[in-house]
Amino acid sequence: MRTSGRTRRTAVLAVAGLAACATLITGCGSNSKDDSKGGSSNEKITLRIGDFGSFGYDDKTGAKLFAEYHKLHPNITIKEDNVSDSGQYWNSLKLHLTQNSGLDDIQAIEIGFVANATQPQYANKFVDFTTVKGFDAGNWLDYKEKEATTSDGKIIGVGTDVGPTAICYRKDLFKAAGLPTDRDAVAALWAGDWQKFVDVGKQFKAKSPKGVAFTDSAGGLFNAVLSSQTTQYSDQSGKLIYDSSPGVQTAWNLSAEAVQDGLTAKLQQFDQNNTWSAAFKTNKFATVACPSWMIGQVAADSGTANKGNWDIAQPPQAGNWGGSFLSVPKSGKHVAEAEALAQWLTAPAQQVKVFQKFGNIPSTKAGLDDPAVENTTNDFFPGTPIGKIFATTAHNIQPAPIGPNDGTVKDIITQNGLLDMEQRGTSKASAWSKVQAAVKDQVGS
Amino acid sequence: MATSVRATSDGSPRSSRTDPSKSRKSGAPGPPGGWRAKAFRLDTKASPYAYIAPFFLCFAAFGLFPLIYTGWLSFHEVQLGTHATWVGFDNYTALWDNSFFWTALRNTFTLGVISTVPQLMMALGLAHLLNYQLRARGFFRVAILAPYATSIAAATLVFIQLFNPDYGMINQFLGHVGAGHVQWNSSKWPAQIAISAIVTWRWTGYNALIYLAAMQAVPADLYEAAALDGASRWRQFVSVTIPSIRPTIFFTIIVSTIGATQLFGEPLMFGGSVGVSGGTDHQYQTLSLYMYDKGWQIGELGQASAVAWVMLLILLLIGAVQLLVLRNNRRKLGS
Repeated sequence: MRTSGRTRRTAVLAVAGLAACATLITGCGSNSKDDSKGGSSNEKITLRIGDFGSFGYDDKTGAKLFAEYHKLHPNITIKEDNVSDSGQYWNSLKLHLTQNSGLDDIQAIEIGFVANATQPQYANKFVDFTTVKGFDAGNWLDYKEKEATTSDGKIIGVGTDVGPTAICYRKDLFKAAGLPTDRDAVAALWAGDWQKFVDVGKQFKAKSPKGVAFTDSAGGLFNAVLSSQTTQYSDQSGKLIYDSSPGVQTAWNLSAEAVQDGLTAKLQQFDQNNTWSAAFKTNKFATVACPSWMIGQVAADSGTANKGNWDIAQPPQAGNWGGSFLSVPKSGKHVAEAEALAQWLTAPAQQVKVFQKFGNIPSTKAGLDDPAVENTTNDFFPGTPIGKIFATTAHNIQPAPIGPNDGTVKDIITQNGLLDMEQRGTSKASAWSKVQAAVKDQVGS
Repeated sequence: MATSVRATSDGSPRSSRTDPSKSRKSGAPGPPGGWRAKAFRLDTKASPYAYIAPFFLCFAAFGLFPLIYTGWLSFHEVQLGTHATWVGFDNYTALWDNSFFWTALRNTFTLGVISTVPQLMMALGLAHLLNYQLRARGFFRVAILAPYATSIAAATLVFIQLFNPDYGMINQFLGHVGAGHVQWNSSKWPAQIAISAIVTWRWTGYNALIYLAAMQAVPADLYEAAALDGASRWRQFVSVTIPSIRPTIFFTIIVSTIGATQLFGEPLMFGGSVGVSGGTDHQYQTLSLYMYDKGWQIGELGQASAVAWVMLLILLLIGAVQLLVLRNNRRKLGS
C-alpha cells in the first residue's frame, strides 16, 4: 500500500530466491482439484491473492473480509500470499508474468508500478475489466481507474485505495516555536501554496527548540509537493518529461530550499536502519507529510508517550500519494471467481470496512461519501476528525498523468538528489546534474 | 574428489592385472572372451569418466552454460519479458562511455585494496602468533575462524549499528578522543573504510588459518638454524616464515582478489535502501552492485551481462598478472 520509494531497494539479495520460493508455493497452491474456468459451480475452490504490505483484508489483523466472503460463498476459500516489500513483490511479479507461471488468481499492483503494468508486454496477461460483468469504471474517483487503463483502453485492475496527503504536525513543538496549534489555524498558515509551508518552516526554525527540524525529510516534502501537481514526471503519452515538468521543478526548488535553510532533519523515509522511525520517538522533527496510510506509521513510531501531541491539518494543496489495484491474470484457473472476488473486495462497503480498521481511504465515490468514513477517528489523534480531513483532501485531488518510469525517477530524485544534498551538502545545481546523469543511465533518456 | 581417486586406484591396476592373465589362460580368445575383454577395456577406460561425470554435468549446466549464455546476452539488447535483438558491441561501448561504470570500477578497486591488504597482513601476523606454543591454542584457532562462520547479513547489520553516525559506538568513541563526527554512511572514504572493516573482520581468520597450516609445514630445523645464527623472532618471521609460505600467500592473494572483485553483499546491506546505487552519490557502488542495478532494478539484461563479462575479463587479467609475478618469483628462487 505504501509508496514504492520505501521499498524498491530493500533486501534485494533475497529477490531471486524469493521469486523462486513464491513460484514453488503458488505453483503448488493453485494446483487445486477444480480445473473448470466456469463461474457457477459449487465445487470447493481456493482463490489465492498475492499482495504486499497491509491491504487490511485478512482475518487476523485486518477487516476479516476473507472470512466474510467465505460465509457468502461457502465453496470458496481465500489464501493470501503476502510480501512485505512492494518493490520486491513487483520484481517477482514481473518475472512470473514473463514466464506466465506461478501467478496467483488475483495480483495486487501498487500505483508506482501500475503504469509499468499497463505496458503491452504485461497488460496482455491480465483480464480486461471493461469486459467483466458488473464492472463500471464510473464507480471510482475520476482519476483512479484511468491510472490502470492501457493506451488502447483496457482496464487491468480495480482500485483499492487512494493516498490523499495531509500534514501531520506536533502541537507541542509548534507551541514551543510560537506557532498556532489549532488544526484550522495551522492549515490557514499555508493554505493554497507550498511555498507558504516552507516559509512557516523558516518561522519555526527561528524559535524552534534545539535539535528539532521543521520537517522529517526533503524526500517526504518533495513527494508531498509533487503529488499535488498536475504535471509530474510523465506526459499524457507516458513519455518522461521530468526535466521540463513545472511540477517537478516546483517540488525540487521547494525541497532544495528547505534543505539549504536547514529545515529538514536529513532523514530518509522508511530507511532500513530505522533511523527515521526512531526519530519520531526522539522528537527530531515537527511535521511529516501524511498520506492516509501514514497515520498508522506515525502512531506506531511515536509511541504512547507522544499520544495527543500529533494532530493533522489540511495540506497547502491536495495530492495523492499511493494507492493500489487488484488485477486478475488471464492464466488463472478460476478467472471468473477471481474477477468476482476482486470486485467484491473493492466495492464501497468493503473499502469502508478496511478504512475503519486500517486507514486506507476508499477510492470509490460511494465509499468515500459513506458517513462512516467521515465519522472515523483514531485513538492516537484524540479529537481529530481523520475521516473528514482525508475525505476532503481525496475529493480535491487533481489527477496527473503517470508513466512507466515514474518510480525510478522518483527514487533517483529523492535519494540520489535530495538525500545527497542533505547528507553531503552537495549544491543544488550539482545535485540536479547528478539526477540527470543517473536518470540517463537508468532509463536511457 | 574421493570418487575419482578411488576409481583410478581401484579400477585400473586390477583390470591391467586380470586382462592379460585371462587372455593367456584361455589360449585362443573365443568370442565370449573377446567380448569380456572388450567390456573390461571399456570399463577401464570409460568408468573413470562416468565417475567424474556428475561434476562436469553440473558444471556444464550451472557454470559453463550461464557463462556462455551471459556472453551471448551481452551482445544483445534484451529486457525482461522481451525478445533479444542483436546490438553487437553496443553494450560494451556504452559501458566505456558511462561514468557510473568507471565510478563502480574505481570503487571496486579502492574497496578491494583497503579491505584485502590489511586483511592479509593481519592474517599473517595472527597466524605467526598462533604458530607459537601457547596454552589453549585449539581454542584460539577456532575462535579466529568464528567471524567467517557468521552470515554477511548478520555481520553487516551489527557493523551498521556500530558505524551509525548518530548513536553508533565508533562515533561515540571517536568523540571521546575528540576526533569529530564522522559521516560513516554518506562520506566517501569513511563509508568505504566501514565496508572494508566488515570484509576484513569476516575474512582475516579464514586467511590466518590457511597461513597457519602452511607455517606448520615449515621445517623446524630452519628456525633452529636461524636461532643458532642469532636471528630474532621478527627476523625469523621475515627471513624464514615468509619465504617458506610464499606460494600460500600468492594463493590467498588470488582468492581475496576474486572475492574483492565480486564484493556485493556488504555494500548492499550497508547502504540499506540506497545500497543498490552504493550510497546517495554512488560513493561505494561496486561492479557487482552496478550489474545488479542494471539487471534487476532496470531490467536491462544485456547491459548487465556486459558488466558481468567485463568483470570476468578483469579477473582473468589480474590472474594472469599474478601468475606472471609468481613464475618470475619462482625463477628467482630457483636461481
